[in-house]
Amino acid sequence: MQPPNPREGSISRSARILCTLGGTLVVAALVGWYVVGYAISLPPTVPQARAAGVTNITVQTVASYGHQPHPDWVSYLVKNTQGQWVHSTIWQVPAHSIVRLTVYQYDGNSGLRNPFLGQPRGIVGGTMTVNGKPYHVLNPDDASHTFTIPDYGVSVPLKGVADDAPNQCAVTPCTMQQAHNTIVFEFRTGKPGWHRWQCFVPCAAGWLYGFGGPMQTVGWMDGFLKVV
Amino acid sequence: MSAMETPATAPAPAGTGRSGLLTFNLLWGLVGLVAGYAIGLWIGHRMGSRFDWTADIDYNDIAVLLGYALGTLGYLGGLGLLNHPIARLFGRSARDVAPRTGWARYAQASTDHKVIGNQYLIGIGVFFFIGGVNAMLIRTELLRPATPTFSPGQYLTIVGLHGSMMIMMVSSIILGPFGHYFVPLMIGSKRMAFPRLEALSFWILPLSGLILTTTIAYGGFPTGWTGYPTLASQADIGMDGYLFSFALVGVGMILNALNMLVTVFNHRAPGMTWARLPIFVWSMLTTSVLMLLGPPMLLAAAFMEVLDRTSGTAFFSSSTGGSPFLWENLFWFFGHPEVYILALPGFGIVLEILPVFARKPLWGYRLAVSGMLGVTLLSFMVWQHHLFVSGINSSLRPFYMLTTELISVPTGFIFLVGIATLWRARIRYTVPMLFALAFFVNFLIGGLSGVYLSDVPSDVTLHGSFFVMAHFHYTIMGGLVFAFFAGIYYWLPKMAGVELNETLGKIHFWTAFIFFNSTFLPLFAVGMMGMPRRTATYAPHLQFLNDWVSVSAFLLGGSMLVFLGNFVWSLVVSRVPAPANPWMARSLEWQLPTPVPVGNFDGPVRILAGPYEYGDPTAPPVMELGHAVVPSAGD
Amino acid sequence: MDDRAHLVRAAAIWVALAIVADLIVGFLVAPHMPPGNFSNTASDQTHINNVLALIMTPIGVGVITFLVYALVRFRQPPGPLQDGPPVRGHRNLQVGWVGVTASIVIVLAVLGTIELVQAPDSSAGAGAGGGQGPSPISRPSGNPLVVQVIAQQWQFTYRFPQYGGVETFSLALPVGRTVEFNVTSIDVIHSFWAYQLGVKADAVPGANNIAYTTPKKVGLFQIRCAELCGLWHGWMAAKGHVLSRAGWARWIAHERIANAPATHYLPPYAKVYYPAPLERGG
Repeated sequence: MQPPNPREGSISRSARILCTLGGTLVVAALVGWYVVGYAISLPPTVPQARAAGVTNITVQTVASYGHQPHPDWVSYLVKNTQGQWVHSTIWQVPAHSIVRLTVYQYDGNSGLRNPFLGQPRGIVGGTMTVNGKPYHVLNPDDASHTFTIPDYGVSVPLKGVADDAPNQCAVTPCTMQQAHNTIVFEFRTGKPGWHRWQCFVPCAAGWLYGFGGPMQTVGWMDGFLKVV
Repeated sequence: MSAMETPATAPAPAGTGRSGLLTFNLLWGLVGLVAGYAIGLWIGHRMGSRFDWTADIDYNDIAVLLGYALGTLGYLGGLGLLNHPIARLFGRSARDVAPRTGWARYAQASTDHKVIGNQYLIGIGVFFFIGGVNAMLIRTELLRPATPTFSPGQYLTIVGLHGSMMIMMVSSIILGPFGHYFVPLMIGSKRMAFPRLEALSFWILPLSGLILTTTIAYGGFPTGWTGYPTLASQADIGMDGYLFSFALVGVGMILNALNMLVTVFNHRAPGMTWARLPIFVWSMLTTSVLMLLGPPMLLAAAFMEVLDRTSGTAFFSSSTGGSPFLWENLFWFFGHPEVYILALPGFGIVLEILPVFARKPLWGYRLAVSGMLGVTLLSFMVWQHHLFVSGINSSLRPFYMLTTELISVPTGFIFLVGIATLWRARIRYTVPMLFALAFFVNFLIGGLSGVYLSDVPSDVTLHGSFFVMAHFHYTIMGGLVFAFFAGIYYWLPKMAGVELNETLGKIHFWTAFIFFNSTFLPLFAVGMMGMPRRTATYAPHLQFLNDWVSVSAFLLGGSMLVFLGNFVWSLVVSRVPAPANPWMARSLEWQLPTPVPVGNFDGPVRILAGPYEYGDPTAPPVMELGHAVVPSAGD
Repeated sequence: MDDRAHLVRAAAIWVALAIVADLIVGFLVAPHMPPGNFSNTASDQTHINNVLALIMTPIGVGVITFLVYALVRFRQPPGPLQDGPPVRGHRNLQVGWVGVTASIVIVLAVLGTIELVQAPDSSAGAGAGGGQGPSPISRPSGNPLVVQVIAQQWQFTYRFPQYGGVETFSLALPVGRTVEFNVTSIDVIHSFWAYQLGVKADAVPGANNIAYTTPKKVGLFQIRCAELCGLWHGWMAAKGHVLSRAGWARWIAHERIANAPATHYLPPYAKVYYPAPLERGG
């Protein structure tokens, strides 16, 4: 930068120092906003209660969230210890215990990309209960989502609601009167740590290959099991 | 020069241009950007609203891309860069924007190459800073092996932004500020060949950086700077921002290169023969060849990916007849010359600086030039080494292994030239010299690690691991960025007329050198021990090394802040005036007064000798200014 | 001191340091050189890494020695600014340098090629464990165990066409038997990296990438994805097992029974798959 043209008069030194300090503060504020507002944005951890040796988690999988910021994204929701539905996919469970997961599944089926995942695995007893009946395998075309914890080898396909079923849910939280399937299964947790879980069905409507958007965002179709 | 050319650097007579804020400048450029963006979004929304999948901004790539396109036009129009083309379209002569004086010069589309050089310095510096902040965040995440600090999706975008900022914006960190400022001065010309094009190629850069930064509002992009499909086809709207801004940068690179090549070929002063050309200008020349021929592939690939994402074409989708390998090859055909675009300017600066502070001629000038030319030629023949384990035809691999190993031969010439220049010299340890010397150490480590990567059996484990990361950070950061610092301490007295504080400079150098090596040397081991790139988790036994690297990285960031503080304080507050030739150098740019006058030279220039004739008492001065009519080899 | 004396002195220092450095590399570093000796391909790579280290070390030490020697001995003396001698080049040195560096590089390229295209009957593996595409030029002889690695976002699954096309969630291999990995993907580009086995092959949708190895010891190996594939790329990791022959036979028999319901729904074994839900899904 050339020195200021003497014809215009120089800016005083103290004014320059103030401008420099001001500029530094602005930059620091922007960086701070970026870190706090953008980078650190995990959804809240929802603790789950243990009763009689089993930790019960109740979740629902819905076709469209119905609220901002993404009203038409598919999502998981979880019940907290007060019985309210919370939009978070980070669930806290105790270590070395049995977790019973009850899924109220409200979404239609998309079909599994890899039919191999139609068979539930890694769960206690090897079978899941769908609407009360035990299933050893699900027809891959009927899967709407899966719940999979790769670290534990747990993978359970979730049966989709028929397209023509009446009373479909479009806005969360979905109620028991709306069309849904109930899937129940149990698995064991190990040592304390963070374990990721995800869905394997390409169910993100509107993205090529169905794996964009909610399928790649923690808080919707991906999450963590925080084992403590 | 045709008769229709309006002289680009003659200032408009007072009173013919509008003054104050009501003229073409950055403010109106931003207004045009926002207006164009809004109009593009609106049009795209109207087009897409009737279809299910594009009814929401979440999915409507077409709206966003139209927004970027019209926003670009509005931005360029507001800056006044479209005045000349539009006027000529109607057969009228165009009036140039009245050049401002003082600080306001830097907020307009100036046609003075010195102003543009300074604009590049600040423009690129901003994005280097943003990329650096992202690097600090990456190292924060890697402090813990199995616990997420940031949301995984945001972390991927942070990784992608770091890489993209650095490659897209910082690739011109030497050619931009120093190339544009000093190449005309070094060859005895009063301007670059195409001043308006020069202004355009600068102003594209902040725009593409802005588009890239704002991808975070659209969900970011998950592919890292390499943009591989099919992940790129799956991704959110932020991916379109990445593709558009990379394409813009590519256009800017092509224009830059064209300008630089024509300037050096046609605008050399009489007596400036190829054998007297400063080695820095040779490096700008060879870099420009790469910058001209590589980016068109990138533009083609980016355009195809945009079509895949928006219009259902199948260039890169194998299930519908295309192949992801096509992107890999197109991208790396650009990508490999790109990394030599990052390496060659570094060679040029350090070889330019070494003779000045060794007070000896550049040893083996022709060898150095052949080295740069050899690197340029070979860099187009090696790109498959990025695809050794991708499933390419395995009979190709030995050939590319050979060419990749061969490219270390011309690179080695630079080392011979550098060390031989220092041999029996009289070395002064100024801050620019320290950085230039550190360049050799860093590039040596980077280059030797490249030999491992070029060897296919070794590459099987090392590809896609932190070893690659350490290799390219050593060559790009230890190379290009250290060379940039050498250049800034060396040339700022001429560019800005102020001196940087020497003590702070030495502190900056030692902390940068020590913490840079402390950060990246362990990463070779981390990569060899099995940690892949672009991850946020790793095996627990690597935690100690990762923590060491993270802490070193924070300290390295601190050293950058030392430089930033020194730079801002010296430039804005303390403003110690610098003498015209503080380093007692012989090259042409140092024979001019500070500040350099608008037309650079007072009259026609004749070059009498090369710039490296130290130690030779019979050598004539570098140039003579005269008014005699001489047959022109240039302008 | 005249020029020749300086050169001789620096060269002597170089030779001494290079010998010491190579001894350190050869005796202290080489036994621990990654990726180790868990499989024959890993051994190949360890071997070439050691060769490269032994060759590169004297080169690096040489550059540093001459550089530091110059920096220490040829400083500007105090007082008025002095110039150095106007030496502009030395033809023989330049020609010699070009010749020597080009020769070293060609030797390295030849060594690498030999390592890569080892004769199939030699004890070393073929292709050094890297993915060679659908038509590999270096194949080991004999009847390898074919394992198809199916990469998907974000888990590897494995299919055994010689065992009824059964697909499994985790990978186990028999010790001492050559394995032919056929790596493919059903969505985006991943990369199958079995670290201790020294195998890395990109998984590209619509393409088959073949890599070979022979595990030499029983134990665990680390599997990671080595190509950015989306959100959980960094977490896409698992442990594979190398079992004894009998242990593996029991494992595969158990997997066939346990996964029988899923096998019923699997498409027939093919080198590549184009799964149905590929358009804008939902």
